[in-house]
Amino acid sequence: MHTAQRGEQAERKPVLEPAEIGRALTRIAHEILERTDGGAGVVLLGIPTRGVPLAARLAARMAQVEGHPVPSGSLDVTMYRDDLRLRPSRPLGRTAVPPAGIDGTIVVLVDDVLYSGRTVRAALDALNDIGRPRAVQLAVLVDRGHRELPVRPDYVGKNIPTSQREAVHVLLTETDGKDLVLISDEPRDGGPASGSASATGSGGRG
Amino acid sequence: MNRHLISAGDLTRDDALLILDTADELAQLADRPIKKLPTLRGRTVVNLFFEDSTRTRISFEAAAKRLSADVINFSAKGSSVAKGESLKDTALTLEAMGADAVVIRHSASGAPHRLAGWVRGSVLNAGDGSHEHPTQALLDAFTMRRRLGRLEGLRVTIVGDVLHSRVARSNVLLLSTLGADVTLVAPPTLLPYGVGVWPCATSYDLDAALPKSDVVMMLRVQQERMTAAYFPSVREYSRRYGLDARRMAMLPEHALVMHPGPMNRGVEIAADVADSGRSTIVEQVTNGVTVRMAVLYLLLGGADGP
Repeated sequence: MHTAQRGEQAERKPVLEPAEIGRALTRIAHEILERTDGGAGVVLLGIPTRGVPLAARLAARMAQVEGHPVPSGSLDVTMYRDDLRLRPSRPLGRTAVPPAGIDGTIVVLVDDVLYSGRTVRAALDALNDIGRPRAVQLAVLVDRGHRELPVRPDYVGKNIPTSQREAVHVLLTETDGKDLVLISDEPRDGGPASGSASATGSGGRG
Repeated sequence: MNRHLISAGDLTRDDALLILDTADELAQLADRPIKKLPTLRGRTVVNLFFEDSTRTRISFEAAAKRLSADVINFSAKGSSVAKGESLKDTALTLEAMGADAVVIRHSASGAPHRLAGWVRGSVLNAGDGSHEHPTQALLDAFTMRRRLGRLEGLRVTIVGDVLHSRVARSNVLLLSTLGADVTLVAPPTLLPYGVGVWPCATSYDLDAALPKSDVVMMLRVQQERMTAAYFPSVREYSRRYGLDARRMAMLPEHALVMHPGPMNRGVEIAADVADSGRSTIVEQVTNGVTVRMAVLYLLLGGADGP
């Protein structure tokens, strides 16, 4: 909340317009289908907050192309984060795994911004406690660089080179009333691991 | 949120809802093959129980273990307390062992409050004398919200030995914060002095209150705390204030029957009522673990201090 307010004061530059977000998601949906034999055994799990509507949109696009439903859900990673002790306790997001579970499936993790890679590491731990997928892949709308762990995405909407002083804000119709990706200059007190990311814009969670 | 949980009255509406919402998410854990989270790895929770308890102690222990905390159980029997060690010395010992949280049950009202001044970790009140039992109130509220979908405007009737009940006091404070309408029903001798300023209504007439209740919570008659004759006989008490099948039939269709346990079957609640489909008594125990996990996570999961 606090960071978001500061973000409004700083200049925000749009880097992805609604139509571009739509095209990027359509392309990712096709790429997933190509790489997974038409989406057989695929489960899309979005990471709250904004990964969840993204996963649902990808699932809808894939279902439209292939003509069979693609299960999607959400995976909250809060309890598995490595920076819990750096900030006050935060509320939990929702975990909703499709009823058939994830054993033997190909799980595609979906998030809005890939930054340090620490969220993805937490997500891998969280998955481990839920079941044993055959493979895990990663789809992100924006890859902004500055990785701190050996994590790489399988599907990327757009690579946006950033400086660590900038924040990336992803807005989605489901959560924010409109689709837009913005970048703003925001002095922050450290790298992506500093835990000072904004709660609303998800710019620095990585 | 405060660093300690000593009174249900310390919780703001937002605090209480955050705990209940967190518990809602944690409740899913019960359906998973691995019912454990790594969140409190390396943290130590001490269960300091000066009074007998099975339910609450095991519940706190299970909650802490499911969050991967280390748990040290300390009961007064067989400890140095039996040799006359004071609460303060016990507290300093725990402090030296590096406890991040102390869950305390004590027969003296106010013991957790005193303890909070002596230790650096969080203090969780697991029942102090006839004062408060905030996690019980939280699990009761959680059970009501899960079963009935809301707390705002819910009519809750709490019946029986209010005088000796820490559960009743904590429930009145929490439920009024959350917008429920609470009525206490008890014989005049079992209502505490000053109950007039509590945020609830009072009545002596159970039969009149039942048809207007969404939840009826029966309290245990705490004979071990009774130092005087508060009612003529157990039989008379049971006839006037016990919940039997006839009285249960006066409740609305959707109403719940709750009891914090342990029950005196045949005194405040009849066996067939306790085992009926409306009774949430077993569910309350399950929910207790979930709610205590939520509290431990919110108190210990984040950074130290504000």
